[in-house]
Amino acid sequence: MTFGEIEPGAGLKSALARPPADVLARIDASGLRGRGGAGFPTSLKWELAQKSKGDKKYVICNADEGEPGTFKDRVILGDFADMVFEGMTIAAVAIGARHGIVYLRAEYTYLRGHLEAVLQRRRENNLLGENICGREGFDFDIEVHMGAGSYVCGEETALIESLEGQRGEPRNRPPFPIDTGYLGNPTTVNNVETFAWAVCILAKGADWFKRLGTEKSTGHKLFSVSGDCRRPGVYDLPLGITVAELLAEVGGEDAKAVQVGGAAGQCIPRRDFQRGIAYEDIPTGGSIIVFGPGRDMLRVAKNFLEFFIDESCGQCTPCREGAPRLLEGIEMLHRGDCSMTYLDELCSLGETMQLASKCGLGQTAPSTFLSVVQNFRDEILGRTGGN
Amino acid sequence: MLLTERERLHDELAELVTRYGRDRSSLLFILQEVQRRHYHISQYAMQVIADLLDIHPVEVHSVVSFYSFLDERPQGQFVIRLCRTITCDMAGKDHVARQLENDLGIKFGETTPDGKFSLDWANCLGMCDRGPALLVNQQVHTQVTPEKVHGILQECRQTFGVHATSDGRETRT
Repeated sequence: MTFGEIEPGAGLKSALARPPADVLARIDASGLRGRGGAGFPTSLKWELAQKSKGDKKYVICNADEGEPGTFKDRVILGDFADMVFEGMTIAAVAIGARHGIVYLRAEYTYLRGHLEAVLQRRRENNLLGENICGREGFDFDIEVHMGAGSYVCGEETALIESLEGQRGEPRNRPPFPIDTGYLGNPTTVNNVETFAWAVCILAKGADWFKRLGTEKSTGHKLFSVSGDCRRPGVYDLPLGITVAELLAEVGGEDAKAVQVGGAAGQCIPRRDFQRGIAYEDIPTGGSIIVFGPGRDMLRVAKNFLEFFIDESCGQCTPCREGAPRLLEGIEMLHRGDCSMTYLDELCSLGETMQLASKCGLGQTAPSTFLSVVQNFRDEILGRTGGN
Repeated sequence: MLLTERERLHDELAELVTRYGRDRSSLLFILQEVQRRHYHISQYAMQVIADLLDIHPVEVHSVVSFYSFLDERPQGQFVIRLCRTITCDMAGKDHVARQLENDLGIKFGETTPDGKFSLDWANCLGMCDRGPALLVNQQVHTQVTPEKVHGILQECRQTFGVHATSDGRETRT
């Protein structure tokens, strides 16, 4: 993995050796985009937070890795925790923050002790705390906050609500966290992996990062690969790689479909395997789930819908009411008593959810349903006595 | 609840509020600690926490009911959460679920009468490359088979009483 090749501390040293504007310029030149999946340009987020008025600013690491099929952040936090904290410290240099928070999902509580130990060691080595690395007035520290079991808290405004002791319900945006974030202060929320790449870019330079990937999706990305393949696990691959190339790498050549981007992503059928995995084509936070020839795609769509129904926060109607209707539709298809007219109605409902839901959860909840209905009609229509 | 128990709980909660701060942003810390110690957050505890933080009790209840790791009803000393999301489903979580029900004599969503075990579903645990996965409190078990279920439960039974101190390291199988 690339992270293992980076000298510890090199990124922070490079960041401290230049003015904050240069740190931002370097991230900007690299074209780094959010590795959680949404792909927002990291430098722009930091720049807006930096320009935002406020004497208390926060750097938040989103370690609420809840997307089905994603586990790369677990591996990064386990093996490269130092690098993540170094990345947060670089962000603090860039935006002028003194406080950092890691929001760790409750399911990963067993990682907490390890993270606290790494933080303590960094404090002892003057990499956190006051006058970091001997630089007068550069104070920054990081604390770990635990989530309490909620997928939607991975959405940045819901995450902030949760940190404030509220239900994890996404906020209306604007205002964005970069000016009105945690406790009303300017806040940047970035994914675990994004921080680690920021370290690599500061250490090795923007050109090194850009040598791989595509024009709009520069660099590598970690992929979490699971499902019907011979070598599941975490892969460090350049963006822009085609689904077919990725399948060859992981030993899943005979797949009939691949879910890219988790439950919130898209189900890619075999005929589209030449498409690239990149922000401009098939975006992903890194979740790749391989479905072998024998998998029932209706069962897949059902599993994802049940997931969304369980995790919906319930505040907006399209998501709260729409997903259960789609699930009913899946059950009708299972039993084999869904007419084409009704199925078209459901697809139209799905499109309404995509347009009218408040946050990413509701907007993406119908996507697998829609792609399965669109791509596997022969498989799902006219079933006889399904269970 | 006995008057003395109420007083003890009140003092305990007051101590927690002092430790984490009398702020709304301390609420989740306080609730997580109460959950860990008492295996649930009772109506009475919610009322006291609300009083101490100077917010309406329904605010506390709205938070407790939102998160899946906070419970209003008493959970067992060992909460077993089996991942039901797609890759664990594909890896055979249904058979593990059945065997858990058989060995514990309860269904999902229930707690054993002795208050030792609760059985629940979890959404993606982030162990998709090594499913089926389950959590026993904080500890992860991966590549669980129906046959391994008995061993996992026995491990819990042998450590009764040390729940509060278990640090729950990841088990790699």
